[in-house]
Amino acid sequence: MAEFKEISPNASAGAKLTNWFENRFPTMFDAYRVHMSEYYAPKNFNFWYIFGSLALLVLVIQIVTGIFLVMHYKPDAAKAFESVEYIMRDVPWGWLIRYMHSTGASAFFIVVYLHMFRGLLYGSYRKPRELVWIFGCAIFLALMGEAFMGYLLPWGQMSYWGAQVIVNLFSAIPFIGPDLALLIRGDYVVSDATLNRFFSFHVIAVPLVLLGLVVAHLLALHDVGSNNPDGIEIKKGPKGNRWSATAPADGIPFHPYYSVHDIFGVCVFLIVFTAVIFFAPEAGGYFLEYNNFIPADPLVTPAHIAPVWYFTPFYSMLRAITTEMVYVLVACVVLGAAFGVFKAKLPGVFKGLIAVAAAVTVALMLAIDAKFWGVVVMGGAVIILFFLPWLDCSPARSIRYRPTWHKYVYAVFVVNFVILAYLGVQPPSPVGERVSQLGTLIYFGFFLLMPWWSAKGEPKPVPDRVTYQAH
Amino acid sequence: MSDTPIDSSKRTWLIATGCAGAVGGVATAVPFVSTFQPSEKAKAAGAAIEVDISQLKPGERIIAEWRGKPVWIIKRTPEQIADLPSLDGQLADPKSERKPDEFTPPYARNEHRSIKPEILVAVGICPHLGCSPTEKYTPGPQPSLPDDWKGGFLCPCHGSTFDLAGRVFKNKPSPDNLEIPPHMYLSDTRLLIGEDKKA
Repeated sequence: MAEFKEISPNASAGAKLTNWFENRFPTMFDAYRVHMSEYYAPKNFNFWYIFGSLALLVLVIQIVTGIFLVMHYKPDAAKAFESVEYIMRDVPWGWLIRYMHSTGASAFFIVVYLHMFRGLLYGSYRKPRELVWIFGCAIFLALMGEAFMGYLLPWGQMSYWGAQVIVNLFSAIPFIGPDLALLIRGDYVVSDATLNRFFSFHVIAVPLVLLGLVVAHLLALHDVGSNNPDGIEIKKGPKGNRWSATAPADGIPFHPYYSVHDIFGVCVFLIVFTAVIFFAPEAGGYFLEYNNFIPADPLVTPAHIAPVWYFTPFYSMLRAITTEMVYVLVACVVLGAAFGVFKAKLPGVFKGLIAVAAAVTVALMLAIDAKFWGVVVMGGAVIILFFLPWLDCSPARSIRYRPTWHKYVYAVFVVNFVILAYLGVQPPSPVGERVSQLGTLIYFGFFLLMPWWSAKGEPKPVPDRVTYQAH
Repeated sequence: MSDTPIDSSKRTWLIATGCAGAVGGVATAVPFVSTFQPSEKAKAAGAAIEVDISQLKPGERIIAEWRGKPVWIIKRTPEQIADLPSLDGQLADPKSERKPDEFTPPYARNEHRSIKPEILVAVGICPHLGCSPTEKYTPGPQPSLPDDWKGGFLCPCHGSTFDLAGRVFKNKPSPDNLEIPPHMYLSDTRLLIGEDKKA
């Protein structure tokens, strides 16, 4: 227990009150110091560093608007669609709360995608921040689940058929698949039972997991300290700044420096966010799809169904896996194994293992339907992110000091991701299929070949201290 | 603390109680997970349905709901039936030989996949991921379809195409043909879906 602090009887009433609390709840005061006033973040953050705080803001917006929506929403297949319309038309200001929540979902993904891209640019996942990155990827996964289950709740056509498709993904798993899909739906088709359990997951289970992961993400970050655009470890640099003799010289306290920095970011964000809410809440059918304004009809699939924009890159990869594409993937596995066996410097035992594993994989790929491999590819596209800290072998952490051509590799990756996203909202077409197949190979090539390409090239000299101009 | 010798008997009991606790924990999880299963009410909702097809004209379709799924009853024209064998080369499973017990009852294991050649009864759910394919009866080139299209169905979700016997074309996401539900004719114009003679 902390020492009981006496305070002078002449102290102000405010100081006395603070002292009273500090003696009875010191944890709170320690937390404020550790995470705010004495958390020393590198002083060279740029605008890319606002997206973490913005993600937290959007999380709060989603929780608060969600609480108010639940007061009027009815999780019942017969009433759900009506109750959403009731919120939109009859509940005073209900439309605003609902549009905040629906726009918030898309905003969440925009912010999180940019936040992740920042990590990619500056190597923020590199040692010792692997766990920060892994918690972050888990947040992304939980967020995808949260968004998917939330999208069923309005019980429109897109809600219904989107859930139908995604739940059926699980039935592609050999042996246990059909039973697993049945267990998820709680019925032989997506029905009232499915709606009720998705509601429960969306409002209670997943948000609790999300909050826990966010806490873990932040605590782990504050333990190892933030990375920065130069990718230089400020804790390894000289010590002593104007607030503390032991803190890194290139660190500044999070509060007030970055709290103010982030409040500015929040203002810019809210301008855009409210503009969307008031002037384009459907965002041209991307944030709220037109077909979702039609009540769910289990007998008719809308002529054009596509997931909401944030899922489309992964959806494109799912669609890309046809029987032909499985042969291409088999060729990739064979090539990879051949490389491992003939070229890599590994003990003979490992080479044998690689050959056996490749043979088994190829046999499975040919034996099981392309549909299952589509699901594996889609899941793998998310799961592969978890391994990024070990895939990146570049001597320089930040893109600033990597060979210039690495920037082009990143550019190809980003453009490819956007193309995949675009194709995912388009109806299936033969050309789109070929492009998305190529895109899938580029996406996985970027990650799986990263140990090779990221180590290539001559890195630029990394300075000892962060680059920073006072302004 | 480190000077104290390890009391291995105490440790054995700790492990044993830990294991007993874990068994209890897993056993408690069973009822919770079990609630995810379809309820008795959902299981009971699978009764057979009767459909009157006296008004069905060639080239038309009726959609009936059976177990929450759309069941299509389509009356094909003689030309459409005549076209079916010509497609065999382009189909993944023209003779309905893949998983016949799941997708094609014995009385529908023929070229037209039906009891009566003109009337197709099929579950209108794509075996890929469960969307309901859209009717594309008009032959000829059109978006998302090959130029020599002879009429059939296109799944709007992932682009699987089916012919007018519900047979899937090669190299499409769906591995299987459309499911033919158990069905029988009660009379010339009354169809029972969900039950057949042997059941």
